[in-house]
Amino acid sequence: MMAAFSPAVLARRAAVPRKYVPVLVTACLFAAMFAAGGVRYEGFVTGQVVLNVFIDNAFLLVVAVGMTFVILTGGIDLSVGSVVALSTMISASLLAGGSWPAPAVMVLVLAIGTVLGLAMGAIIHYFEIQPFIVTLAGMFLARGLCYTIGTESISITDPTFTALAQTRIDLFAEMWISPSVLIGLVVVLAAAYVLHYTRLGRNVYAVGGGEQSALLMGLPVARTKIAVYGISGFCSALGGLLLSFYMLSGYGLHAVGMELDAIAAVVIGGTLLTGGSGYLLGTVLGVLVLGLIQTIISFEGTLSSWWTKIFIGLLLFAFILLQRLISGRSK
Amino acid sequence: MTGTVPLARRITGHRLFWPAVVLAGLLLLNLALTDGFFSVEIKDGHLYGSLVDIARFGAPLILVALGMTLVIATGGIDLSVGSVVAISGALACLSISGLEDQNSVTGVLTAVGLALGLALVLGAWNGMLVAVAGIQPIVATLILMVAGRGLAQLITDGQIITINSAPYKLIGGGYWLTLPFGVLIAALLLALTAFLTRRLALGLLIEAVGGNAEAGRLSGVNARGLLITVYAFCALCAGIAGLMISSNVSSADGNNAGLWIELDAILAVVIGGTALTGGRFSLGGTILGALIIQTLTTTIYTIGVPPETTLLFKALVVTVVCLLQSPAFRARAFHRRRRPAATPAPADEKVEVRA
Repeated sequence: MMAAFSPAVLARRAAVPRKYVPVLVTACLFAAMFAAGGVRYEGFVTGQVVLNVFIDNAFLLVVAVGMTFVILTGGIDLSVGSVVALSTMISASLLAGGSWPAPAVMVLVLAIGTVLGLAMGAIIHYFEIQPFIVTLAGMFLARGLCYTIGTESISITDPTFTALAQTRIDLFAEMWISPSVLIGLVVVLAAAYVLHYTRLGRNVYAVGGGEQSALLMGLPVARTKIAVYGISGFCSALGGLLLSFYMLSGYGLHAVGMELDAIAAVVIGGTLLTGGSGYLLGTVLGVLVLGLIQTIISFEGTLSSWWTKIFIGLLLFAFILLQRLISGRSK
Repeated sequence: MTGTVPLARRITGHRLFWPAVVLAGLLLLNLALTDGFFSVEIKDGHLYGSLVDIARFGAPLILVALGMTLVIATGGIDLSVGSVVAISGALACLSISGLEDQNSVTGVLTAVGLALGLALVLGAWNGMLVAVAGIQPIVATLILMVAGRGLAQLITDGQIITINSAPYKLIGGGYWLTLPFGVLIAALLLALTAFLTRRLALGLLIEAVGGNAEAGRLSGVNARGLLITVYAFCALCAGIAGLMISSNVSSADGNNAGLWIELDAILAVVIGGTALTGGRFSLGGTILGALIIQTLTTTIYTIGVPPETTLLFKALVVTVVCLLQSPAFRARAFHRRRRPAATPAPADEKVEVRA
């Protein structure tokens, strides 16, 4: 029996609770991948490479945090990519108009994202329609609104936005991060606090574990379910703002397929799509893994666009397969 | 029990009633806007008309949705169908473009065989990842969704392969016995699937795996083999759809063929009343769902919705369909019968849906 010697069993003997195994495995594999990159490419193992992964994926990190809440309740949110695009589009067009100050635009964008999310959550809960479909309709809606605003890319020249885009926060040893990374980390910490130290967080896990049981225990299922979609909408809008800092433009074709990246990041981080099990740290690692795959591709350099796709698929496959083999079969 | 329920209630309570109403509504909207929308005539020896076009252009979606229904019934999902559509079209066109005589029937058959064979292999690969490696279906098929697009572009070398082959053109654009050939293929596959799942035990086994995998295992269902078969079948359907799509335009585009068809297919399945959580499935519902989506696309063209707002229109219709289908919404909106709290199984769920 191979399973008897698998690290999962060893980990259990070493008194690591089983629930942490998927996150640990992801962390180890991430480290292994980083080391492999270091062996293969010169100048790969530097702190700045890791920081660049954060800088280039801060928006994905924020979006994936929102997605984690939704997936923990057993739902799914396909609208995030479109809401990100919508946020860039709204900010860019309002700023181009000139009459809106940057802070007001940011507040408005965040409010729109949150309201959209809350509305989808309310439809999902009160009309008992499957989240996949409601958020798919939300995806069409947000993407459609983008094109209604404009089909061309609008560049952002607002001083606040460009300042946020170009500021470098210097750390020690010539390493630096962007303000977006700070915002992303704040979101992660706030979300981790909410998930593990507040009633809302416990309700999220309870609803994901069993909605009927949560209801019978007298937990506010309706409020929780609607809240997680609101959180996801807020995170998507914030992700959209971070993307507009990163791109300095608003475009209806930004972030196409980002919902799949976000879902993949959450799942790679060891969260179950059925809900009730998973950690925010896993999601952070999932985003890092996806970012590292892209970094490896860019270090590889000469790949044509189709070989890039095949390579991403292969790396994703190798990663997920290893993760499954190491954490062993549940039951 | 059902005998005491009035006929009208039984009709409105049927779970395909509301999708059918939406389809009829969309068709009537078209009739009101276009004269002779319903007219079907015979021109040049084959059927001709808007309704025929809906069926003809809807055939690939119907096929993909058909395979997707079975996958969803097992509690899974297949995101890779769009890529399989692109791969199968690309391989078939590549193989035909290398022929001396592009009109040779054996050459085309070989190309079709190659393409469908590869589709089956890809589907089995998905099935292995789900059933043997135990990876969550959405991620397992995401791998092929990403890599498959690259594979399709690799096959076409990043170009659009154009071919000129009469036998290949027949698959998606041709007619046989006055009927569009693609519709015939879809109908044949539908009949076969309906027979296998509704007359034989296969449907029951699929529902057993999807409804409660553990209970299914304990009652001796070979879930592993079944899952691989179902995913392979889904990819086969997608492969045939890919042949139709590429045959219709006589070219293969690795980048755009079948792009986002997985979302439309999943949408069709759900509009047709199959739950994404697995278990019970309805083939008839899926066909209705696919036809609704295709009619919607046609409607967008006929009523001249500006291209920027097509997605808004689609979002609106999808929301309306789903709201109408939701018993909770109908109870709130129409204030009809109070929810039967005493009966655990409402009458409408007992109606057996046969495809």
